[in-house]
Amino acid sequence: MKAKTFKQGVHPPHKKEATKDKSLKPAELPSEVVIPLQQHIGAPCEPLVERGDKVKVGQKIGESEAFVSAPVHASISGEVTDVGLVEVTGVGLMTTTQEVMAITIAADGKDEFHESVEPKGDLESLSAAELRDIVYEAGIVGLGGATFPAHVKYAVPEDKSVDTVILNGAECEPYLTVDHRTMVEMPEKVVYGLKAIMKMTDAKEGQIGIELNKPDAIEAMQEATSDQTNIKVVPLEVKYPQGAEKQLIDACLGREVPSGGLPLDIGVVVNNIGTAVAITEAIQEGKPLIERTVTVSGEGIKKPQNLVFRIGTNVKELIEQCGGLKKYVDRVVLGGPMMGNAQHDVDVPATKGTSGILALRSHEISKYEPKNCIRCARCVDVCPIFLLPTALYKFAKADMVAESKMEQTEMINKLDEYNVFDCIECGSCSYICPAKIPLLHWIRLGKNALVAEQRKNDE
Amino acid sequence: MNRGSDLTVTSSPHFRDDDSVSKIMFNVILALIPTLVVGVLHFGLSALLIIITCCVTALVAEAVSQKVRGVEITISDGSALVTALLLALSLPPRLPLWVAVIGTLVAIILGKQLFGGLGYNYFNPALVGRAFLLAAFPAAMTEWFEPFSFAATSATPLEGGEAGYAYLFLGNVSGSLGEASALAVLLGGLYLLYKGYIDWRIPVGYIGTAFILTAILGGDPVFHVLAGSLLIGAFFYATDMVTTPITRKGRWIFAIGAGILLVVIRNYANYPEGVLFSILLMNMFVPIIDRYTVPAIYGEVSE
Repeated sequence: MKAKTFKQGVHPPHKKEATKDKSLKPAELPSEVVIPLQQHIGAPCEPLVERGDKVKVGQKIGESEAFVSAPVHASISGEVTDVGLVEVTGVGLMTTTQEVMAITIAADGKDEFHESVEPKGDLESLSAAELRDIVYEAGIVGLGGATFPAHVKYAVPEDKSVDTVILNGAECEPYLTVDHRTMVEMPEKVVYGLKAIMKMTDAKEGQIGIELNKPDAIEAMQEATSDQTNIKVVPLEVKYPQGAEKQLIDACLGREVPSGGLPLDIGVVVNNIGTAVAITEAIQEGKPLIERTVTVSGEGIKKPQNLVFRIGTNVKELIEQCGGLKKYVDRVVLGGPMMGNAQHDVDVPATKGTSGILALRSHEISKYEPKNCIRCARCVDVCPIFLLPTALYKFAKADMVAESKMEQTEMINKLDEYNVFDCIECGSCSYICPAKIPLLHWIRLGKNALVAEQRKNDE
Repeated sequence: MNRGSDLTVTSSPHFRDDDSVSKIMFNVILALIPTLVVGVLHFGLSALLIIITCCVTALVAEAVSQKVRGVEITISDGSALVTALLLALSLPPRLPLWVAVIGTLVAIILGKQLFGGLGYNYFNPALVGRAFLLAAFPAAMTEWFEPFSFAATSATPLEGGEAGYAYLFLGNVSGSLGEASALAVLLGGLYLLYKGYIDWRIPVGYIGTAFILTAILGGDPVFHVLAGSLLIGAFFYATDMVTTPITRKGRWIFAIGAGILLVVIRNYANYPEGVLFSILLMNMFVPIIDRYTVPAIYGEVSE
């Protein structure tokens, strides 16, 4: 099988053995859920319910008037016990824990579905506009981790057109296996979702990119698409960050998204495997995004599993359903080990963006003291955007310790000149650095400094 | 909410590759072993004593200067040893030991620590040490001996001494410690290439340029590649990560520039050997090369 790929990148250990053959299993129904009103990139939702209200599964409980936003729904039936601030993490580009408004629901144990949850029709009879409306109403966001509201991607502006929709089945983050299992267990739902996205964007072609370390998923998807002439499965080399949007487009189509632009600018829409399935279920069953898949793994988890959980379930409960934490757990990460967020506490709600819950023990993750940069340029050789991470790190550091305003401005200008904003934060540079310098961390600080400077100049 | 959690919070990524600075340094040392062994076999005890002297001096000098600077002592990272070995291999086989000590002190203190230690120096420290000795002790630094002999002084091949290709390749020529055998150098160099510790562009660009240019100028290109320290220079001195460009295009410019300088020095300058100054001169250009070879980024929009 000839595999396609992008240029540069790294090869972290896969670590998928523990869960790659474990079927997706529904998690236990929680007795309480905490549903944040912002689980996506864009405007937060306003609550539609009050304390004491009775809600049913799938009932819309939060919505915003803004275009870039996605409504939230009750994921269990019961009573609203609180509308207030809670700590959440890993929503969109938030890299730290933040306090957001959330709706707390206590379960009544009936798991009764709301009357709006009913089949919406079939793909042939629904128009593109109707489909987009279904996607919006279902509160679907990108389930790969970026949580970008899905319907926004399908609203193609008049002066642009889409020729190809790519489904991202690369799942290049170590440990994570939910997209893998989804493709193996419900390939027809993946294809249906892909066709729906193609209809919404008026795209002629569909591609499903899958890394070679998932041969059973490649086989399942090839079988499910064998009667489709305009959909093909693209085997991809196993390399990180193969599943990053820009790198996936480069691998599948050999096109580059212009710096500062969107895939739409070159006629492409990319969605995650899980997102396609969520769209399928929203059309076929009328089910909004009330649950998602998550890999609970890492050597600190007693019984690693792939679970399907109701949005807002407590992370601690999900860990307990997987046998709980072993001793000597050093870090709990939501998402994958390359881009996920380390938690200071596991008592947080799992949200639309929670693709992984990883308990890592100290021997799985190395702790190092950073040494001097020896200019080995490995970060330069692996950066999938062809940036100079070591240079960005030095500018960001020089900015922090600058002794004069002039020196500081000079360093910030350098960050801009060396395209710090183009960094996709994949972490390949920090991963490969033999001096163990947290390069990405410095680059993030550099981005922040540049944002602050530009804001100031705008005023 | 439980604030007393003992979980570590760091920003991503949470995985790191298991390679490290000291692993790189010790692999370079490993790659130098064939050359060191051949050097000692050829030139005997005096060569071994020079190697040991440089190593001990380098470790002490590094530790003391770090102590004085009030920074962490990092002699265990192997970088001082690499400098010591590279310097030792560039020295004549019967150099008085006290001269070797001075060379090492200059390499470690002037060449490295004064700039801020590992990673901050602009010039290859071992070459700084050798350049100093060449200027300060020109006679001692150019006194060559036949291998396996204990008396006869002789000219190096580049100075006009006799040496066939086979001898140059396998060994048995007069010269500095590391110039004895091209084969031993190649063995180590290929190991570093295989492990990915050096970029092939530098030896290929450096040796290739010297070869082609020598041929154009009517010289014997094979002789010029095998004789002197071009091979060890191309695989071990010019590939020093700290003092070479970080961009791929920059490494080509660096290597080709060094190749041109080498041929110019060997043919037109007063020194018979040009490896030392060709690399030191190019080291000087590294910041400017890096500045002007920033690669186009993914999706760069031309303006």
